[in-house]
Amino acid sequence: MYLGYITFEEAKQALKGEERTYERDVVVETISRVMIPFIQLFALYVIIHGAGGPGGGFQGGVIFASSFVLFIIAFGISKAGKRISEANLTRLTSLGVYIFAGVGLLCLIFTIGAVQYLNYGFVPLTSHFAENRALCMDLVEIGIGITVMAAVTSIFFDLAWGRSEKEE
Amino acid sequence: MLSIEQFPLLIVVISLLSAFTILILGWLNEKSSCYISIATILIQFIMSIFVLNHVLTVGTIRYWLGGWMPPWGIEYVIDAMSAYMLVTLLFLGLLCVVYSKRNIEHELPRKLVSFYTAYQLLIAGLCGVVVTGDVFNMFVFIEIMSISSYALIASRGKIALKASFTYLIMGSIGACFFLLGIGFLYSVTGSLNMHDLAILLPPLYGNKVVQAAFVFFIVGLAIKMALFPLHTWLPDAHAFAPAEISAMLSGIIVAVSTYAFIRVAFSVFTTKFIIMYLPIFDILCWVSVIAMLYGSVLAITQTNLKRMLAYSSVANMGYIMLGVGLSTSTTLGLTPALMHILNHAVMKGCLFMVAGAFIYKADLWDIEDFRGLGRKMPYTTFAFILAALAMVGMPPSVGFVTKLYLIIACMEANQFIFVVAIFISTLLIVYYFWRVIEYMYIKVGDKDDKEVEVDEVPLSMLIPILILGVLCFVIGIIWLIDLPLPLMDAVNSLFGLGRVI
Amino acid sequence: MIDLILAKYNYWAFIILMLIGFYAMTAKDNLIKKVIGLSIFQTAIFLFYISLGDVTGGTEPIVSDEIISKGYIYVNPLPHVLILTAIVVAVATLAVALALVIRIYEEYGTIEEEEILEIERGRETSCQ
Repeated sequence: MYLGYITFEEAKQALKGEERTYERDVVVETISRVMIPFIQLFALYVIIHGAGGPGGGFQGGVIFASSFVLFIIAFGISKAGKRISEANLTRLTSLGVYIFAGVGLLCLIFTIGAVQYLNYGFVPLTSHFAENRALCMDLVEIGIGITVMAAVTSIFFDLAWGRSEKEE
Repeated sequence: MLSIEQFPLLIVVISLLSAFTILILGWLNEKSSCYISIATILIQFIMSIFVLNHVLTVGTIRYWLGGWMPPWGIEYVIDAMSAYMLVTLLFLGLLCVVYSKRNIEHELPRKLVSFYTAYQLLIAGLCGVVVTGDVFNMFVFIEIMSISSYALIASRGKIALKASFTYLIMGSIGACFFLLGIGFLYSVTGSLNMHDLAILLPPLYGNKVVQAAFVFFIVGLAIKMALFPLHTWLPDAHAFAPAEISAMLSGIIVAVSTYAFIRVAFSVFTTKFIIMYLPIFDILCWVSVIAMLYGSVLAITQTNLKRMLAYSSVANMGYIMLGVGLSTSTTLGLTPALMHILNHAVMKGCLFMVAGAFIYKADLWDIEDFRGLGRKMPYTTFAFILAALAMVGMPPSVGFVTKLYLIIACMEANQFIFVVAIFISTLLIVYYFWRVIEYMYIKVGDKDDKEVEVDEVPLSMLIPILILGVLCFVIGIIWLIDLPLPLMDAVNSLFGLGRVI
Repeated sequence: MIDLILAKYNYWAFIILMLIGFYAMTAKDNLIKKVIGLSIFQTAIFLFYISLGDVTGGTEPIVSDEIISKGYIYVNPLPHVLILTAIVVAVATLAVALALVIRIYEEYGTIEEEEILEIERGRETSCQ
């Protein structure tokens, strides 16, 4: 694959269900090996610092997923399929949603139904009302980040395989 | 322990969580996804009945999400209309998922997990639209419902893909217009809460921005609910979707868009705005009358049973919109429109499920292939006759009650030409349903026609069909003895319509 | 007249973009061009929202020394949050649309709408 550009012939070949033949390029592979961990670190930074600057769960999740897309472009999709399996992505999607919805339900459980759903102040992590709110907000952002990362990577996998997969 | 005030929110959250539970557990065991879905919707339905009871006895539920007060936070408001819609949609959703157990195993053998995940997300989106009291939150839930329905319609493959793509393009335009209307309203008032907007807007009624926002809302929601000129996505999408998704689309999804229309037009912009500044309800009545006649005429020319039923849905949307258009000028208020939402869901659900049963057994799409089915599938065709009689309007079925209330409303508003239009459309309905019944029971084929060997459909598909068929008449009797009258009075008094005038 | 055009240039940009997207969605036959038109249409609406929230001379809405010295004038953060949600919705719609286009291409071999309709008319039973 020439630096991410695929010819029309290769696209038609892929859609017929055959494997795309990849030419390995040393420059792309080396740069990706260096860049991918830094992209993921930056994604984690954006997720956590969403409350005090531009960022948040969704943006950080998409940046994290873009590191996986770089991996797929540089190393080929069959190798990426062995690293990041479809089943793991599905489990991560569900895990993120459970974290988000579960933190909201925790507030209901700890006060036995007296307060509202996402009222984070009542979750007894620390002693201050406002600190509880801030901590739970960060927890929820992490959950959203996990879900978005898994979902966007899964979408890219489905679009790039080129064979008949199930609709999601 | 948990007060009933928490229930509406729990209905949405349970649906969301179960969608992702199906995603995980379905990888282990495919068959369990259907049972999880049935169990979840059953729990939601029971909770919604408690909510309806609470709203009728105690009053409107106001729920502040996250503890933040209304102008800053999102608020969930359950009044009588929301509770009524919640019970209706969960009831039909339950019957559709019970029906889908055998149907989806037959039609989409390897896609069970994806189907039920998308179905649970659809239910979550539908419940969210009727429960919320914040305009932007309603936009998000409308989009959740629409995206799930795009995926569900396209799950059959082949021509359903193109139909779903057309629906996607048109539905996204509608949602974007809705978003634009929200933007206009936010720019002049600075609030997104429906109750707050109803207080902040009256001094600004003469402002052109507010009037433009109203027009954008109306057109955007008209695309979503397939009102006459903007209905072109509907026949293909309903005809080629799986049978229970057609029933959900036709009975619930367009009806929830109608609910959103009523909510925006009556709760945010009150009736004072519509009567004094932008009197669109006359145009709405005329457009819905044209929709009634157009849908019925085009249904006569169809040979495909599901396409015929889809055009009949266009006509029934005309009935609902006629009820909405006349609501400010009669003493019945919104009663005919809301009543027809439930009635149409029951009738059309039964009809689409019967069509699905024919396709499940012998892949019969065209009406001319139905020869002799009356003898081979007696219970299914009997349910078809019940639902067809209800659509025509034989007393005491639900169709008769709707037409009775609509004619009373037209006469009180002194629009006798609408009464004539209702009669003409009823005659057309008789014509196209009689054609199907004639092929099923009376016509005997020639010897060299394809002889289909069928027997009755399995029990898990037959029970929802028969329940809906019988309910067509039982619910009609319930409407006629005025049992739901307190509910309708509560809805009318919310918006200042009806006997309060 | 000059005031109508020059002072409100952000609204003119949004209207022109919206109409370009709308034209691409309705008048083009290629399915990918329709999806691109949808994307342009939604982007125009996001631009409109963000330009609503601008306050003249305002700075970013985070409590810091800069904002205290300027006297607490900050841009309205609410439209930005609304647009984040709307962008997520737009991305989901785009994903479903692209998946549908790929499946249509596998099924019919073409993504021109005219050719798809011809193939459908040519098929024996079109209700498969």
